[in-house]
Amino acid sequence: MRGERKVLSSKDLLGIKELSREEITLVLDTAAGFKDILGRDIKKVPTLRGKTTVNLFFEPSTRTRTSFELAAKRLSTDVINFSVPTSSVVKGESLVDTALTVQALGADFIVIRHASSGVPHLLARHLHASVINAGDGTNEHPTQALLDAFTIREKKGRIAGLTVAIVGDIMHSRVAKSNIYCLKTLGADVRLIGPPTLIPRNLRETGVAIFHNMEDGLKGADVLIMLRIQMERQGKGFFPSTEEYAKNWGLTPERLSRAKEDVIVMHPGPMNRGIEIVSEIADGPKSVILEQVTNGIAVRMSVMYLLSGVKR
Amino acid sequence: MSKELMNKKDLERALTRMAHEIIEKNKGISNLCLIGIQRGGVHLARRLAAKIGSIEQKDIPVGSLDIAFYRDDLNIRKQQPIVRKTDIPFEVNDLKIVLVDDVLFTGRSIRSAMDALMDIGRPAAIQLAVLIDRGHRELPIKADYVGKNIPTSLSETVEVQMEEEGLDDRVILKKMDAGGEKGAQ
Repeated sequence: MRGERKVLSSKDLLGIKELSREEITLVLDTAAGFKDILGRDIKKVPTLRGKTTVNLFFEPSTRTRTSFELAAKRLSTDVINFSVPTSSVVKGESLVDTALTVQALGADFIVIRHASSGVPHLLARHLHASVINAGDGTNEHPTQALLDAFTIREKKGRIAGLTVAIVGDIMHSRVAKSNIYCLKTLGADVRLIGPPTLIPRNLRETGVAIFHNMEDGLKGADVLIMLRIQMERQGKGFFPSTEEYAKNWGLTPERLSRAKEDVIVMHPGPMNRGIEIVSEIADGPKSVILEQVTNGIAVRMSVMYLLSGVKR
Repeated sequence: MSKELMNKKDLERALTRMAHEIIEKNKGISNLCLIGIQRGGVHLARRLAAKIGSIEQKDIPVGSLDIAFYRDDLNIRKQQPIVRKTDIPFEVNDLKIVLVDDVLFTGRSIRSAMDALMDIGRPAAIQLAVLIDRGHRELPIKADYVGKNIPTSLSETVEVQMEEEGLDDRVILKKMDAGGEKGAQ
């Protein structure tokens, strides 16, 4: 009854790759408690009062930064958004110096997004503060995978044994990578669907199935995770055109009917309506896209709460 | 080293008496609910509710409350407490709440619980029922209903074991081992 020892092993959340099944489950279980709070009139708890969170975003982001900011505020930490164009980063200060400065200002949590893979790992080695990866290059976006897993578990009651199809630009997607690690660790069957130019073959080693034909890949799926086609990749030879992409890999009602009757459709946002997903589905009864947004706050609160308990 | 303070029968009798006291003090059970503190208090709240229900021939609402987010020792504990479910399936506004816990010790859990309740709504009153009062209060908190008063020393812990946790019903007094945490009851 007493004396259970359930903790995260690291002070930082750098990627899903570094987490065990038990750690992932602990984050999801704890998030359920925080989700209750978000449904109340008073959506705030005093749990981490006196702590400070710094959002260090070197790449544009509205939803992830806002979600982290709200999560931090709901836990009663003070939040500072460090915006890059106005900071000394533009004066040539090194990344580590910037982070050390932010830590010296009193940050307990540093939430970082950066265009280069591995930046959170570099900072974590230099800092006492907890570093939370909010997306690094094409490497990982761990809290997105955790909120996706939370949403799937909430809707389906389990994750092990489910067939989850991830559709789109897998190669450039840190969301896809974190999702693959997370869902495989939790025992799901994972399929990747998309053009051959956008699915790295070495991902087969992680035990996923790869489909280039959308119809085949959707057959019998319990969950669909649609990825955003990054417009900036257009005209670089990965796919002929957005029209062509939509024709082959866009989600339409006809295609969706190949999946299981009770399939749920997810998207990390922001969506390109009419390209990877049509509005009829995005706004339809099978879509859980807005619930993902709400769950994101609960999962990020859970991560911060658990990291704050890791002894240095 | 451990010593049995209450057996199954003692526990049963204490809960029956507390159920009667709750009804008597509140002159019935209208506008009354029970809320157990995770984790031991939840089982006790359900048992009290069953007893009160059979005496009054009317169901009394029961909920459970997790206080992890409201603890005052989050900065000094060895690890964060496990978050359990808060499940209060009714409006607490204007209700009289009987807060139920297994062991009353420093009073800090009760302080946390009252803060948590105030964030959920505005109850008409909060009363406190505990199975064991072991003394050593650090806050001005007193129980309205007590199963048994047990003088203890700080080097001891009191453990309430219950069938709901897969154990026989009983209360035992243990000498705390060297690594024990104060405040863990």
